[in-house]
Amino acid sequence: MQDNREVLLNVEDLCMEFRSKSRRGTSVVKAIDHVSFQVYKSETFGLVGESGCGKTTTGRAILRLYNPTSGKIELKGRDISGKMTTELRQYIAQNISTVFQDPVESLNPRMTVREIISEGLVVKGITDKAVLDEKVKNILEKVGLTMEHANRYPHEFSGGQRQRIGIARAIVVNPTMVIADEPVSALDVSIQAQVINLLNDLKDELGLTVIFIAHDLSVVKYFSDRIGVMYFGKLVELAESDELYQHPLHPYTKALLSAIPLPNPLIEKGRKIISYDPKAAHDYSVESPTMTEICPGHFVYASPSEAEAYRKERGM
Amino acid sequence: MQEPYVLQVKDLHVSFKGQSGMVRAVRGVDINLPKGKTIAIVGESGSGKSVTVKAIMGILARNAVIDQGEIWYEGKDLVKATEEDFYQIRGKKIGLIFQDPLSSLNPLMKIGKQISEVFTVNYSMSKEEAKEKSLELMRAVGIPKAEERYNQYPFQFSGGMRQRIVIAIALANNPDILICDEPTTALDVTVQAKILDLIKQIKEERGISVIFITHDLGVVANMADEVYVMYAGKVVERGTCEEIFLDPRHPYTWALLSSMPDLESKDRLLSIPGTPPNMVSPPKGDAFAARNRYAMQIDLEEEPPMFQVSDTHYAATWLLHPKAPACEMPKFLQDKIRRMREEAQRYAR
Repeated sequence: MQDNREVLLNVEDLCMEFRSKSRRGTSVVKAIDHVSFQVYKSETFGLVGESGCGKTTTGRAILRLYNPTSGKIELKGRDISGKMTTELRQYIAQNISTVFQDPVESLNPRMTVREIISEGLVVKGITDKAVLDEKVKNILEKVGLTMEHANRYPHEFSGGQRQRIGIARAIVVNPTMVIADEPVSALDVSIQAQVINLLNDLKDELGLTVIFIAHDLSVVKYFSDRIGVMYFGKLVELAESDELYQHPLHPYTKALLSAIPLPNPLIEKGRKIISYDPKAAHDYSVESPTMTEICPGHFVYASPSEAEAYRKERGM
Repeated sequence: MQEPYVLQVKDLHVSFKGQSGMVRAVRGVDINLPKGKTIAIVGESGSGKSVTVKAIMGILARNAVIDQGEIWYEGKDLVKATEEDFYQIRGKKIGLIFQDPLSSLNPLMKIGKQISEVFTVNYSMSKEEAKEKSLELMRAVGIPKAEERYNQYPFQFSGGMRQRIVIAIALANNPDILICDEPTTALDVTVQAKILDLIKQIKEERGISVIFITHDLGVVANMADEVYVMYAGKVVERGTCEEIFLDPRHPYTWALLSSMPDLESKDRLLSIPGTPPNMVSPPKGDAFAARNRYAMQIDLEEEPPMFQVSDTHYAATWLLHPKAPACEMPKFLQDKIRRMREEAQRYAR
C-alpha cells in the first residue's frame, strides 16, 4: 500500500482445511484457500461473501478457534498461528474480542449482565469490586444502557439491548481488535440502525480496529473502510469500499453487487442481474491466477492477461 | 365483494390469549388484493404481518381469536368458513411459501413424491401422469436434471433449490393467490435475486395475485405494485411503490426508510429510538407516538384515521389533518429521495 499506516494484523497465505473420514475415504474441504490480507490500525475491514465462502472461518482462524492448516497470522508483529500455549491463548484473548451474530445464544442465561461484562476483566486479573463496578458502569453508559440493567439477566432484554450487552462485553477489556461476525443480521431494521450507529460511535471514540463479517452488502459498505470479497474460500477482490462499489472488477464482485436489492423503485424493477459462472468467466488452464494490484490499493485475483484487461477497464 | 379484487380483508382484529392477558396482534387491518398484482406488507417483527396472512389461510394458532372483521374471497367470508371449506381453498386456491424451505419439506420423503402427491391426492391422477406433471413443474421452476433430482431427498438440495421445490409444490394446484412469507430471508443475495425473478415470472405467466411479506425494503422495491406498511397491528400507510418510497407521509415510514443504510452515503443513520409497544395493552392514541419525533398532543390521545393523499395513497397520521402544523419529512430522508431520483436519471442514460 501507498502509505505508512501501521499494520495491526497480517494474514499471509492462510489455509484452513477440514477433513472428514467416511467409508469412501477422506474428503477434504478447503474452507480457506491461500488467503492474504492486512488490517491497519483503527480501520474497519469488511469481509463479504455468500454463506459457505469461508468468511466466518477466517474470523475464527484469526481467533485461533481453529488450527490453521498452513499460513501465517501476525498480530502486532507477533506470530499467533503457531503452537497454542497458555501464554499465547492469553495474548489472543487480551487482544482480540468478538461480537457474535445471535444475541440470544451468545449470552449465558444464568449470568447477570454485570457478571457477563466483568468476566473478561476478572480473567485479566482485576478483582477489586469497586474497580469492576466502575468499569461496568462506564461501559454500560457507553453502549446506551444504565447501571440499573447490571443486575438483570439476558432474557429480560430485547434483541437490540442484548446485542448492546454483547458489544459492551467485547470492548470492556480494551481489545486491540474486535471481530464482529454478522452483528446486526439477527435484528430488525429499526433496531439494526441503532446498533450500527452505536458501533460507529464506539469505533470513532475508542479508535477500534474492527473486522466486520457480514453478508448484507449495504451494511458492509456503510460500515467498512476496506472490503474483501470472498468466494469459495478464496479472496477474489480487495479494495477501499468506495472504489469496490464504484469500480468492481472481478466478475463475482459484479454479480454480487448487481444482486443487492436497492430500496429505490425507480430503478429496482428494471435492473439487470449479472450471474457468475467461474468456469465460463476464467480460463486458468494456461496461466495461473494470483492476487494482483490493478490500481493502488485495489487487488483482484486474476491471471496476468485478466489483470491486463482489468487495468484497461479501470482506465489505468 | 367488489369485482377488481381477488381478496379483500376488512377491519380484521386478531388477538392471542397470553399469560398476561389478550395480545392484540392485529387491530383493524384492511387489505385489497387486485387481480394479477403484487402487494407487499412491510413491518418489523411483531407488527402483525404474518398473523394477517395466517388468518387469511385459516392457520392461526389455537390460542388465537378473530375478534371481528371479514375476509372476502370468491364471495365467501373466510372468517366464518369451516375447516371443510378451507380444504377446498388452502393450497388449492391460495398457495403459501414460507421463509424456511427446509422445515416446510418432509425430510423423509423424496422430492418427487412431495410434488406428485398433490396430483395423486387432489386430482386422483395415476402415478405416471403425476410424475410427468411434476417433472414439468420442476423444469418450470428452473431445476436442472429434473429426472435425476426427482428421486432425491430435501437434504441433497441447496437452500435456493429447496425454495424452488416449495414454489413448485405451491404451483401444482394452480392457485389464484400466492402468499410469500419472507421467502428469501434465509437465502444469499445472489440466490435471492433468482428466486425473486422466478416469482415474478410465474406471476406474469399465470396471472397470479401475490401477497409478499418482507422487512427488506429493497425486495419491496423490486417486487411490489402496492405497499402496505404495518406497525403495531395496524396498516399505517399504503400506496403504490413509488408513492411509499418517494413521497412517504407517515413518520413511521420516514423512520423505516431513514434507518436503511444505503450505498451512496456514509451519513449517520436516523435510527428509531425505543422499541415497539407491548401489545397486551396497546397505547391509547397513535401506537407510534412514543417513538415519534413529530408526535403531537393528539397522537397520545386519539387514534388517527386513514387520511387520503391520492386515489391510491393513504396514511394514518394526524400530520395530514388540515389543522395540523405543516411538517416536512426529515432532511436526511429528503436528501435520500433526491439521491434516488438522481440515480434513476443516471441509470436511464
